[in-house]
Amino acid sequence: MTKKIIKVDYLARVEGEGGLYIKLKDDSVVDVKLKIFEPPRFFEGFLRGRDFNEASDITARICGICPVAYQMSAVHAMENALGVQVDGPLRDLRRLLYCGEWIESHTLHIYMLHAPDFLGYPDAIKMAKDHKAIVERGLKLKKAGNQIVSLLGGREIHPVNIRVGGFYKLFTRKEFEPLIETLKWARDAALETVRWTAQLPFPDFEPGYEFVALHHPEEYPFNEGRLISSSGLDIECSEYEEHFQETHVEHSNALHSALKERGSYFVGPMARYNLNFDQLSPMARQAALESGLTRTCQNPFKSIIVRSIEVLYACDEALRILQSYEKPERPYIPVEPKPGHGFSCTEAPRGILYHHYQLDEQGKILDAKIVPPTSQNQKTIEEDLRKFVPQHIHLSEEELTWRCEQAIRNYDPCISCATHFLKLDIERN
Amino acid sequence: MSQISKPKLAVWKFASCDGCQLSLLDCEDDLLAVSQEIEIAHFPEASRAVMKGPYDLSLVEGSITTPHDAERIHKIRRSSKYLITIGACATAGGIQALRNFKDVNEFISIVYATPSFIDTLQKSTPISDHIKVDFELRGCPIDKGQLIEVICAFLKGRKPNTPAHSTCIECKRRGTVCVMVAQGKMCMGPVTHAGCGALCPSYNRGCYGCFGPQETTNTGSLSAQLKKMGANDDEIVRTFRGFNAYAEPFRRESELHDKKNN
Repeated sequence: MTKKIIKVDYLARVEGEGGLYIKLKDDSVVDVKLKIFEPPRFFEGFLRGRDFNEASDITARICGICPVAYQMSAVHAMENALGVQVDGPLRDLRRLLYCGEWIESHTLHIYMLHAPDFLGYPDAIKMAKDHKAIVERGLKLKKAGNQIVSLLGGREIHPVNIRVGGFYKLFTRKEFEPLIETLKWARDAALETVRWTAQLPFPDFEPGYEFVALHHPEEYPFNEGRLISSSGLDIECSEYEEHFQETHVEHSNALHSALKERGSYFVGPMARYNLNFDQLSPMARQAALESGLTRTCQNPFKSIIVRSIEVLYACDEALRILQSYEKPERPYIPVEPKPGHGFSCTEAPRGILYHHYQLDEQGKILDAKIVPPTSQNQKTIEEDLRKFVPQHIHLSEEELTWRCEQAIRNYDPCISCATHFLKLDIERN
Repeated sequence: MSQISKPKLAVWKFASCDGCQLSLLDCEDDLLAVSQEIEIAHFPEASRAVMKGPYDLSLVEGSITTPHDAERIHKIRRSSKYLITIGACATAGGIQALRNFKDVNEFISIVYATPSFIDTLQKSTPISDHIKVDFELRGCPIDKGQLIEVICAFLKGRKPNTPAHSTCIECKRRGTVCVMVAQGKMCMGPVTHAGCGALCPSYNRGCYGCFGPQETTNTGSLSAQLKKMGANDDEIVRTFRGFNAYAEPFRRESELHDKKNN
């Protein structure tokens, strides 16, 4: 009998601080821990007593990689509480902003965090020595996403233009025009990205998952829809807490999330793709099928292709919005505070991001609950490793460790996000 | 053949959102050029290859919130020739310093079911409370142009060109009409450090102070003005308790208006 430990003290090329611990006995895995030691910051604690208008700027600081997602979930939850519906061109502009974030966040992951694993480089800068044109294309594509966010949002990280009811400032068609040329190039580059990622080497690995994502009958989901799963879940976002629960485990400062009576589940690009293929634009659907994927993808290593398809969709959708853009009459719908609860899920680049606020009659936050995508995927990541390691036990320790890191990076985990939320009621009594 | 060795850069993370170190990867046009001039020796968010110290320049993101991190920062100082803090967390304790005004145990039990698993300090503190810092770059997030300027300045041994005047001056410079005077909006521009280019007023909203207090600031005068505009003490407290709440001038001003202290 031999015992072996695979350990990564500090995971690289993920956002935030985490480690990995796997214990093997002979050829079987006896323990897997995705350790999250990112220090907690207690956002849900200090949101109490803040004004409903402040939640979007405060929660943006949970994550510098996907601040738009936090701002979107926050304003939608507040609008839900206060009985306001933002639609028409203002709603389109919110989709446009989300397109920008998906493009920059996904492209960062595809080119700089994930692809080096497939090609055997420690990072994209070393990769650029042999694949300069590819890395340059990635940086330029990422920049196109950032250009949308920095024009419409004010800056790439922690944008300033989002408010409950709409925006602070609007732009004319002419001011948006330079983006159109940029995005035409970006859409071509995204198509190239799909083709490039499709020919990377992938291990056979399809353990089977319950996928969870938003679903909207007419559009690929960003801000709205019902929450559905590949195993029949179909609920309103306001019912989230009836169906999902979080538990606090000792090795992680991020709460683990699970579906009640069902267990782990999978959120993010692959879940969205599998549950919303028909809502992709024709160009994105065609690129997906030409890349060799079918209408569903079950191999998490291929999430890099799915992410590329979503970048292509986001470029296409952003162009559609910009080409039909008419400046709205007013930047925002005025909102009056009142007591109540508000719920929202939006699709952050890494999957559903749930916000729930309780407000008093002055619009002060009495209670907040936030569930980020990475805490929802934690259990699934650990389960993947339990299944993946025995299949690759013949590899050298160094190689196996690297493959395990790659398996974690399949999820583009954002540990900064996962740690900063976490709230749990289940174990309280 | 031996080459002149490139200066070694390290990036370190403490309690933060990752946004400030992401600014380095957001330098899309300059990233590959920068990597020609410097060796990115320790930057886990971007690379799994780690070079040993000592490092010529360390960039530190995030605040100190755990006993382990309070130790770790000393090791980093010892292995760094120059150490620069980047962003509001590292220079002022960040948004998570809002815990400093309350009992942190109350927060832990709001968020976590089993508080005994959580190892945290009472306060979130800036890096300069723990070690000597060579330069503090402000912002939540930092400005990436300023980041490149600071890196270049340190590697060339010159002083960084980052103006220390208020956001108000930046507004005047770009010709934005004052949102406080013309639109009656609350704005922290008069007391906030420059660096963002007066972004918020150009987007029709008041500055919310994400670059922290300017060097010599008159927070009392701003509070008096906010009161004239109809703000109550609670609003004034929240105005100063944002992303730089624990920076001394903002902390002092918010405490003056906090009912708890009066």
